[in-house]
Amino acid sequence: MSETAQTSEVEIPRPADDRLRRALFRFRQSKLSMLGAAVVAIVLFFTAFGTILAPYPEHVAGAVDTANRFQPPSLTHPFGTNELGQDVLSLVMAGATVSVLAGFGVVLIGTLIGTLVGAVAGFVGGWTDEGLMRLTDLTLTIPSLILAMAIAAALGPGFTNMVIAISLSWWPGYARLVRGEVLAAREEVYVTAARAIGANPSRILFRHILPNVVSPIIVKMSLDMGFAILTVAGLGFIGIGVRPPTPEWGTLLSLSRSYMPDYWWTAMAPGMAMFFAVFGFNLLGDGLRDILDPKARR
Amino acid sequence: MTYPLLDIRNLHLTMTSFDGAAHVLNGIDLTVNRGEIWGLVGESGCGKSLTGLSISRLVSTPPARYIDGEILFEGRDILSLPAKEVQSLRGKRIGMIFQDPTTNLNPSYRIGEQLVDVALAAASHDASILDCPPNASRRERRRAARRLAGDMLDRVGIPNAEARLDNYPHEFSGGMRQRVLIAMALIGRPDLLIADEPTTALDVSVQAQILKLLKGTVADHFIGVILITHNLGVVAETCSHVAVMYAGNIVESGPVAEVIERPAHPYTKALMASIPTKHSKRGSLNGLGGSVPNLISAPPGCRFAPRCSRAVEACTQTLPQPVQVGGTHHAACIRLNETEDLVDA
Amino acid sequence: MPEPILQIENVSKIYGARRTLFGRTAEVQALNNVSISVQKGESFGLVGESGSGKTTLTRSILHLETPTAGRILFEGQDLAHLSSAELRRLRARVQIVFQDPYASLNPRMSVRDIVTEPMLVHNDILNLNRGQRTDRAAELLSLVGLGPQHLSRFPHEFSGGQRQRICIARALASGPELLLLDEPTSALDVSVQAQVLNLLCDLQDRLGLTYFFISHDLAVVRYLCDRVALIYRGELVEEGETDEIFDAPKSDYAKMLIGAMPEVKVRGSAA
Repeated sequence: MSETAQTSEVEIPRPADDRLRRALFRFRQSKLSMLGAAVVAIVLFFTAFGTILAPYPEHVAGAVDTANRFQPPSLTHPFGTNELGQDVLSLVMAGATVSVLAGFGVVLIGTLIGTLVGAVAGFVGGWTDEGLMRLTDLTLTIPSLILAMAIAAALGPGFTNMVIAISLSWWPGYARLVRGEVLAAREEVYVTAARAIGANPSRILFRHILPNVVSPIIVKMSLDMGFAILTVAGLGFIGIGVRPPTPEWGTLLSLSRSYMPDYWWTAMAPGMAMFFAVFGFNLLGDGLRDILDPKARR
Repeated sequence: MTYPLLDIRNLHLTMTSFDGAAHVLNGIDLTVNRGEIWGLVGESGCGKSLTGLSISRLVSTPPARYIDGEILFEGRDILSLPAKEVQSLRGKRIGMIFQDPTTNLNPSYRIGEQLVDVALAAASHDASILDCPPNASRRERRRAARRLAGDMLDRVGIPNAEARLDNYPHEFSGGMRQRVLIAMALIGRPDLLIADEPTTALDVSVQAQILKLLKGTVADHFIGVILITHNLGVVAETCSHVAVMYAGNIVESGPVAEVIERPAHPYTKALMASIPTKHSKRGSLNGLGGSVPNLISAPPGCRFAPRCSRAVEACTQTLPQPVQVGGTHHAACIRLNETEDLVDA
Repeated sequence: MPEPILQIENVSKIYGARRTLFGRTAEVQALNNVSISVQKGESFGLVGESGSGKTTLTRSILHLETPTAGRILFEGQDLAHLSSAELRRLRARVQIVFQDPYASLNPRMSVRDIVTEPMLVHNDILNLNRGQRTDRAAELLSLVGLGPQHLSRFPHEFSGGQRQRICIARALASGPELLLLDEPTSALDVSVQAQVLNLLCDLQDRLGLTYFFISHDLAVVRYLCDRVALIYRGELVEEGETDEIFDAPKSDYAKMLIGAMPEVKVRGSAA
């Protein structure tokens, strides 16, 4: 199996994206991964176009229609209306933008900070490693929601502050992951080979180690997306995230709380949206792990 | 009617992957009798390991699929036995040794406990292993099993074997763990032992010791062995018979002395020529150009034809069938006589 | 009189005791007073089983490890006394090919990047621009039996033998004089091993390289090397001309090792 073409004559020309095609093939083998990818695609679609496609854009912008409050689901309002007479479907569609973007922002910032800390700790080692990892442990000991609440309280509510607040409690997982991966990659023979060539440390880190730890980071990012969306919604739910009238899933859920169970539909739609987003990102992450797993590759 | 210990008949196996279905075993015929050590040699990717794994039905299906053939173990087809029966054959009647020793020992039990468990399990079908009276108490049986375990460790060359029974796997080096696995495979006195590159990771001095032990076990207990290796030197010194595999076919088989002294198939000859010996002059080794063909679109005729220096048009037409070269020595090549002439010339 | 390119003088290496949760681990003497001298242009074989100290010695020669005692001299210069700039220049002249061709190539780099990397790192000596580096990479690939069409490929597209050729091309890229070959064929099939061994012979004849060949495979060492040293548990057991050692080994260890070597002996014909 390992012995493919030995001499140049018998080789089949292969496009450079062969690896990608193989990965896609392996990905398609798993129905759950495909389902995850489809769900994520739908969620991302609404993230991009939800506001535009909403059937009642004026409700998204904050208009109220008190004559039609608490309409049960019907053809005109598939998910009913809320206490202000706003179309729930429109709010949920538009809410995707805020919720998913916030989740993505959290994961991205967390990854950047975590990768930096983890890579430096793992690569430099010694006291630097000790110091950085103890800092990481310290951050981990503080419950993330509480830390985020504290930061949000200090910075004041709002989209950006919320993202920053959650990110600051989000990076330790990445720092630990990256440190471990860097420690392992540092012992690879090709890294020794690079040292024997005379390559300097930054070249070794950026050219030889980091490109080879990207896969697990991507997998973790995907798996974390769902949880980040939940955390964002959680902050919204307790009222220190995005403020109404900007629609956001957690806030929507929080507002509908007082009208349960009589007007159940007001909670139903944002809850389901969150469920599907989290579900989709988790399935996608699992699928990505299967194809990007360094042991399965080779 | 008595059956041979193992009789593989016309075994065909395909593997489905991204690129399509590869015909990885293309009609394997192999008969192993008690007392024989068969060496299975060939380049990597020729199907040696898959043949070995098929015998204990350890190839996962899918992606693999057996499209034809049977594997008769004492007359019963392993491929059509219920999974439970195959499970009970494994480890007791059919022993396996793999190349990688790190994954096959449970890290949380002492070496001795793991060996004793295997010995006791094996004793349930063959009580003579423990060498204690049939009415022995459980305690006595355990003690006998432990004695046997220590004895086996000693025989695979682990110094201070008795004391090391109480060690955990991590306290052993890689080479020693491999020896423990060999001891574990031999302790149940299987009737058939499949050893897949058992000594490749070991030092030559240890390798010599293990191979000697293997030969001794065959002589003492009259078992059959399939030794999968890429080292013709190991085959020459250990095996009674050899089957040379190429791209899913056995291209040549027979008694070791015959095959090694008078290789008939061009592939066997090429393999022999690429081993550095005492007499090879620097820079004079004859490597074999090219590589094992892509089995998804395998050439229709002889699979070795594209690399064979003696191939003619006819070679690419049909798959050559084994031809008797002498006694039980067979080779699958349509130009056996011609090649013989060319070599002598 | 050939001059020595590499001198290993009374080198010892002791790995210090480490403190662990359950007390201290014992000191490990990896090398004990080893002296070897390698002449320019020869193939010197170092034979040892696992745990013999081969790897420690190789790493010490590459200065990835510092000996506890003794000196290692390259063309008369003590490695321990080199400045970091001099050490970097030295790395261009001493290169290594590792055992496992599957692990020693960065899977994320193209063959072009792999082979040109040493030129890039040592560009202060070589002074090549981008185009010239690619040209030289193509040249090196054809030298090791591959071709310029392989430049944009990635390691996973190659077989073990081909990967080892890429490793050799990379090792040659900085124009070294001494090549450390750390079991370069033990992960390969015999047919491929024969090709790689022939390539190594051919390269040595063409480029006048010095080989320091580390192996546990006696047959390969006998085939390739002019002189051999046997190392056992960190100590040099025997050293001499290859034929001498194989025909008339003096030490018990050498006798045992040569006796244990599995060999295809064809009785009668020695053709």
